[in-house]
Amino acid sequence: MSFLIAEHMTGGYGGSDILHDCTIAVEQGQIAVIVGPNGAGKSTAMKAIFGLLNLRHGQVRFNGEDIGALSPQQRVLKGMGFVPQTHNVFTSMSVEENLEMGAFIRRDDIRHSLEQVYALFPVLKEKRRQPAGQLSGGQRQQVAVGRALMTQPKLLMLDEPTAGVSPIVMDELFDRIIEVARSGIAILMVEQNARQALNIADKGYVLVQGSNRYTDSGAALLANPEVRRTFLGG
Amino acid sequence: MNAWLNRYIGAPTLFGLMGLALVLVGVLQSWSLALTIAIYCVIGAIMALGLNVQWGYAGLFNVGLMGFAALGGIAAVLVSMPPTPEAWQAGGSGIIASVLLSLATLAVALLVYQRMRRGRARMWAMVLILLGGYLITRQFFDPAVELIEAVNPASTGYLGGAGLPIMLSWVVGGFFAAGAAWLIGKITLGLRSDYLAIATLGIAEIILSVLRFEEWLTRGVNNVNGLPRPLPQEIDLQQTAWVQEWALRLGTTVPDLASITVKLGYLGLALGVLLLLFWLAQSAIHSPWGRMMRAIRDNETAAEAMGKDVTGRHLQVFVLGSAIIGVAGAMLVTIDGQFTPNAYNPLRFTFLIWVMVIVGGSGNNLGAILGGFLIWFFWVQAEPIGLWFMDVVTGTLPAESWLRAHLLEGAAHIRLMVMGMILLLVLRFRPHGLIPERSERPHSLRR
Amino acid sequence: MDDILNALALFTNFVLLPAAVYGSQLALGALGVTLVYGILRFSNFAHGDTMAFGTMIAILFTWWLQAQGVSLGFLPTALLAIPVAVLVTVGFALLSDRWVYRYHRVKKAPAVVFLICSVGVMFLLNGIVRFVIGPGEQHFVDGERFIFTVAQFREFTGLERGIAFRTSQALTLVSALVIVVALFWFLERSRTGKSMRAYSDNENLALLSGINPERVVLITWVLAAALATVAGVLYGLDKGFRPFTYFQLLLPIFAAAIVGGLGSPLGAIAGGFIVAFSEVLVTYAYRQVLDYLGPEAWEPVGLMQLLSTDYKFAVSFVILVLVLLIRPTGLFGGKSV
Repeated sequence: MSFLIAEHMTGGYGGSDILHDCTIAVEQGQIAVIVGPNGAGKSTAMKAIFGLLNLRHGQVRFNGEDIGALSPQQRVLKGMGFVPQTHNVFTSMSVEENLEMGAFIRRDDIRHSLEQVYALFPVLKEKRRQPAGQLSGGQRQQVAVGRALMTQPKLLMLDEPTAGVSPIVMDELFDRIIEVARSGIAILMVEQNARQALNIADKGYVLVQGSNRYTDSGAALLANPEVRRTFLGG
Repeated sequence: MNAWLNRYIGAPTLFGLMGLALVLVGVLQSWSLALTIAIYCVIGAIMALGLNVQWGYAGLFNVGLMGFAALGGIAAVLVSMPPTPEAWQAGGSGIIASVLLSLATLAVALLVYQRMRRGRARMWAMVLILLGGYLITRQFFDPAVELIEAVNPASTGYLGGAGLPIMLSWVVGGFFAAGAAWLIGKITLGLRSDYLAIATLGIAEIILSVLRFEEWLTRGVNNVNGLPRPLPQEIDLQQTAWVQEWALRLGTTVPDLASITVKLGYLGLALGVLLLLFWLAQSAIHSPWGRMMRAIRDNETAAEAMGKDVTGRHLQVFVLGSAIIGVAGAMLVTIDGQFTPNAYNPLRFTFLIWVMVIVGGSGNNLGAILGGFLIWFFWVQAEPIGLWFMDVVTGTLPAESWLRAHLLEGAAHIRLMVMGMILLLVLRFRPHGLIPERSERPHSLRR
Repeated sequence: MDDILNALALFTNFVLLPAAVYGSQLALGALGVTLVYGILRFSNFAHGDTMAFGTMIAILFTWWLQAQGVSLGFLPTALLAIPVAVLVTVGFALLSDRWVYRYHRVKKAPAVVFLICSVGVMFLLNGIVRFVIGPGEQHFVDGERFIFTVAQFREFTGLERGIAFRTSQALTLVSALVIVVALFWFLERSRTGKSMRAYSDNENLALLSGINPERVVLITWVLAAALATVAGVLYGLDKGFRPFTYFQLLLPIFAAAIVGGLGSPLGAIAGGFIVAFSEVLVTYAYRQVLDYLGPEAWEPVGLMQLLSTDYKFAVSFVILVLVLLIRPTGLFGGKSV
């Protein structure tokens, strides 16, 4: 029984279906990556798992529990953290306030978590009083991830975390993500930069037109000549 | 429920009910009253039509309608009242000098704006020029104003008008309003809807302030009475033979019949204008221009991407709608026979007309007209009905009771409350209004 | 030297002090408007009449207190009535949200619908206030009128011109200061306040963080209604109560909020003072001040006003238009146009 298993997902935003019998699974401490061409339904799959759209068919089970009926906020309370692709920080609030807001649902002392996030992203500690809107793209992504981590999630979902950042920043970000996974948190990531993402992935899902095309370990997918030809540019 | 209403109660039925209500008023109260109500209903309907053109075709939320109506009203004064020769002699040159000086200042400022480079220096230069020009102009303006207002303040005290037939002002009023709308639109269109609402409200305030306080032009709060009438006066009619004859035949009194005849005349005029404007508006909708406007309205971004000048089109609509309102304003003052700046109360009339537009069916011209009739009728009748109701309710209380007196006094204010309730109820339960727009998605009240 | 002091005294009495007081009143009003805009995302045209409503309740309660012989000594009894008035107004605001605005919020209606709804609420309040207390002027001020009068000031300083400091002015300034500090502490330091700022900043993200939207909305209405009531009572104590005046204040209040940047509380305060000072500065008759300051021989002609007092509202509007044209997000970068 996988820690998170979303199986046979079929559905869309209301009109026609985008996902067709799609299955995604992640284990604790594992990094699972969803890649595929544009319009493949990667973000849609992620949003369906998080509860941002309704599925016509399919089930989502988290930590053994069927969470299909829960709203996104309720799923956050269950231990799912979600980092949206855009508008993922409170631009008018300071870095530290962003992190505080991330921990809003928690009633306990958050200082320990705060220190953990600062240890993970030292530059945030430096800029903790600056408004998040003034930070660079890469730093903002760090705030966004930090914010989600403050909820002490068991599963962290990231929607294209490296969109629009430079390659160096992307490497750094991926390094951090690996560190987070090592602490036991399951990671599910949608990525456009397929090659680099699969590099760090324990499990990779290649989606095409809303269904699973290839499912394997990251390394295996990278070595797969078909995958290389169609998505990784040879 | 909505579908049923739509199917069985179409526009003709509602209009018919409206007519019936007016007839009832005629029978139960007086025909003269019924006709007066009808006339103001028509004028209200024209204003609603103007607003609806702006709202329905371009989604513009214009709250400054009173300003445009007042401009139409002042047109009536400026066109029809006789000029005051002494005033012109005393201060005319001063005023003309001020106008020329202001234009000169603006011209110089514009020149500087174009010639100098961007930056602090240019900004300061502009400020100095505008301020300086303003102060110099005031030197000519203030004494001229004093002189003009000193000329026979009880009956004139202002420059007067052009002494032309008053019906001309119905067109001139439209132009005044259109001109103001063009200027205002250039500045404020492109703002989001609630910002535009605030901006237009402010502009109306300014226009009204000017009309109220520049007595040399408008007599201000002294009001302009005795405007020339386009139709014969009731008193004159009472003298004519045929009125006296018909009064006998119909069994009414002479004054009554005279009054009814005159009012029928005005009603005819007003209806004529309404029908003409409605026909023009409907033709516009179904023309290629109208189709383009609707395309823009339904999907602005796409339209812009296709190269349509959205703001330019919005300006056109804004100007046209305001012109219609200006015409209505001129009509109102003509029929009233007087120009009372203080009567243009934004609270009552602007929002009242908006209620008309929304209740009637926002985006739909016919609906706006119906809304105009219904709401105005209700507004006028609410007071007597309210009083009657209060009378009945408080009939049980002793005659000197404070509560009774208070309730009777307050009957007038109940209509404000009820108007608010009507608006809220319509927005909640029937946001398309009574006559929803039949073609594609009605504008923006439902998404 | 005396001349300068006299000019200063005049200026303070007729410009600085009234503008500061008026600015505080506008600031309190603009704070309510900007909060509602930032969080509920619509311009609340009913705010002016909410102020009238709150003040009306305060007045009724004050009359009752006065009839009971209760008084606050040199302070106006109305101060005691404020808590009651706030409670009732908050109740009304919450009801209006429950019965009017919530439906459209759930339906995700465009902002213009909320605006029109607020117009309906405005009509309603207008009618209620006039029905209950009448459209005319109402007197409810008691207590000492002056902290010191012009005559006392002149005696004390020996100057020709004096400054009067009214109790209502002092009250306004002190209350505004206290309220603003409290509000800022709430928004900047408290968990709830921060959650409201977060909700205003990015609604979706706030929801994802587990912030309860209904609670945020509730607190917004409570704050807005409280601010409206206090601002209304202070204004009524200072300038007298007439229902129509509160509607007229809508324009300067919105101008203040927009100038400062809609959605920014700091902006609302700054905007309030900017609008107030502009209005007063532009319409003040500088003649007497110039008399003192200018060279002996020069006698100013006329009142030396930039604009006649009748155009007060035009000033707020012109400022508004300038801001919208030059810097639409306002001074402190609120929600953009």
